[in-house]
Amino acid sequence: MNENLAIQIAGLGKRYRIGALQARERTLAETLSDSLARPWQIARALLRRENPAHAGKQTFWALRDVTFDVERGEVVGIIGRNGAGKSTLLKILTRITNPTEGTIRLRGRVGSLLEVGTGFHPELTGRENTYLNGAILGMRREEVDRKFDEIVAFSGVEKFIDTPVKHYSSGMYLRLAFAVAAHLEPDILLVDEVLAVGDAEFQKKCLGKMGEVAGEGRTVLFVSHNMGAVEHLCTRAMLLEEGRVALDDTDVPKVITQYLHRAGTPDQDEANLAYRVNREVLAAQNRADIRITDVSLHTVDGEPLRLLRTNDPLMVRIAYEADPEIAVPAFVVRFRSMFGQEIFRLGTMPISGFDIPRLGPRGCVELTIESLPVTGGEYYIDVRLVAQRVERLVWLEDVVAVDVTEKDVYGSGMALKNNRGLIVLQHHWAHRVAEHAG
Amino acid sequence: MSLSNVQPQPLPSAADDDSDDIILIEPAHGWVSLGLRELWQYRELLYFLTWRDIKVRYKQTLLGASWAILQPVFTMIVMSIFFGRLAKMPSDGMPYPIFNYTALLPWTFFAGGLTRAAGSVVGSSGLIKKVYFPRLVVPISGVLAGIPDFLLSFLVLFGMMIYYDIYPTAASIIWLPLFLLLAGVTALGVGLWFAALNAEYRDIRYLIGFITQFWMYATPVVYPASLLNDPWKTLYGLNPMVGVVEGFRWTLLGKGSSPGPMVAVSAVVAVLLLIGGAYYFRRMEKTFADVV
Repeated sequence: MNENLAIQIAGLGKRYRIGALQARERTLAETLSDSLARPWQIARALLRRENPAHAGKQTFWALRDVTFDVERGEVVGIIGRNGAGKSTLLKILTRITNPTEGTIRLRGRVGSLLEVGTGFHPELTGRENTYLNGAILGMRREEVDRKFDEIVAFSGVEKFIDTPVKHYSSGMYLRLAFAVAAHLEPDILLVDEVLAVGDAEFQKKCLGKMGEVAGEGRTVLFVSHNMGAVEHLCTRAMLLEEGRVALDDTDVPKVITQYLHRAGTPDQDEANLAYRVNREVLAAQNRADIRITDVSLHTVDGEPLRLLRTNDPLMVRIAYEADPEIAVPAFVVRFRSMFGQEIFRLGTMPISGFDIPRLGPRGCVELTIESLPVTGGEYYIDVRLVAQRVERLVWLEDVVAVDVTEKDVYGSGMALKNNRGLIVLQHHWAHRVAEHAG
Repeated sequence: MSLSNVQPQPLPSAADDDSDDIILIEPAHGWVSLGLRELWQYRELLYFLTWRDIKVRYKQTLLGASWAILQPVFTMIVMSIFFGRLAKMPSDGMPYPIFNYTALLPWTFFAGGLTRAAGSVVGSSGLIKKVYFPRLVVPISGVLAGIPDFLLSFLVLFGMMIYYDIYPTAASIIWLPLFLLLAGVTALGVGLWFAALNAEYRDIRYLIGFITQFWMYATPVVYPASLLNDPWKTLYGLNPMVGVVEGFRWTLLGKGSSPGPMVAVSAVVAVLLLIGGAYYFRRMEKTFADVV
């Protein structure tokens, strides 16, 4: 292995059994009944000339043919859609799970910030957890002794270091956990979305620490959806698509642009859309005089929607077939959170005051939203047709699910997901100190 | 702070290209080595996990450390009433309570260690899914975490020795740690098998309680091994806990001659269980992160 290399990956692949991912808890009884079914499956596989070892098991490759080298001191951002294999790659690099094929060579100590606070026990004090967590991360006791004061100072929980962490606020807990992990001083640091947690100040601290690690000539692999952070921190970026390296370049903005662009290129594959239509709901309509044939989401240019970020524009198209003699109903679009709360409701009449004088035998209604002010996460859309303001003609609940990608709306470095409220607002803060009059 | 200009620069250690420095990750097929060297490197983690288990157990329970004493003492009282007093079970001429309690000490250590080790992989799923470390650390710490309880319950035996005026001889007591080790090896050996199985098949945990119960009656806890004659008595040692229990009685109560052949059989079986369990565990551990 060339001594300037920190990481050397050749032909890496990881195959999962779909059953193994979904049915996590197998029981012995199930296995026994499965093995009774096995001879039959193997016989069938042989008849169909398939590999009998895979009979009855559905598998998929989370990673395939991944080959790349990372030099010492490089800070590599790994980007890609959910399910592209980013996290699987980090899991293999940290040796949490084994690859199915290929090899990896790593030079030096590997530290990860996959999930800070692993092994923290609520009953133990901050001090005890620091030592325990240090040992879990592979630090020697003398090492923790030596860095203890620094860790505590970095975390800012000095006063409570001998208090059980169950009494900590979540922010304190996180700061201490991060402080331990950040002081591991690995030669190779693996980071996965750790910046998605914590308040803005804490995130700045994290980014600063990562920058520091990188500045010391250590190697960093940084998996993130936060394009701003990738652009800011990384010297190289890699785009993963369906478990393969699609693009790998030191021109980081170029890779990011490619990623965002590909997320928006026309492609008939429905899996690449930012939304999913529930066809069962569409199929369940039973009126003869009017039916909604499709609901789709688009960009303002009419292209299918591949990526929707907070405050992006959006067009909802509702296609229908109707008996032209029918009294024109109101088209209503409801937008709901994943918890079912209604966030807003827009309707042709009477809400928006948009009048449709007459329906055609076939046609569509387009609702354009100039800016969708919701935080990142999954949302649901209901479409309704209502006659005379009360009579429900068509009532499609949750007909569309849409993924909104979080974004650093306020420019604080923090991408907002729906665990921080559902909507975003234009706002500003002020602080005034009261003058004491004696 | 702009980092986009950071150039790759060699670390100071770049010169000493020591192959130990390089971690190789590749698919593991079939049987793999035990990785004892790495296990040794992680001994501090073993210490901290054991310590956490003990500390949390004592902190989270109402009676804390007194459970360690109450459980075997109450078991001994109940058994003395039913087996000793009512069933008139022979006890090699000893007072039944001390005869029984001496067996309960290693038995409780064994059963607790086995149960903790068997549940350890599933119980540590949070760690296993997020951090790499030699997975063997987890069941081993489960067994070691029983040592403080054992030492505490041992104090009661001192009291009973004074009360019944039965003392061990200096010559035989030195064997005691070996018998404790034998109990630990057995608990770990069986625990490793069950820990790996339990990760894959969750109904194994229901089996553990049943097995320990059954195993106790297959071990001379409430009755003496002297009910059997040779060669059956030596064969009885195939159950490693027989060697442990008889060894405890021999060293602590100075009863009869040494149970030598029986203990030798027990030790061989225990070591085989441990080696088999360790290899099986290592073979299964590569999928732990995917199934727990």
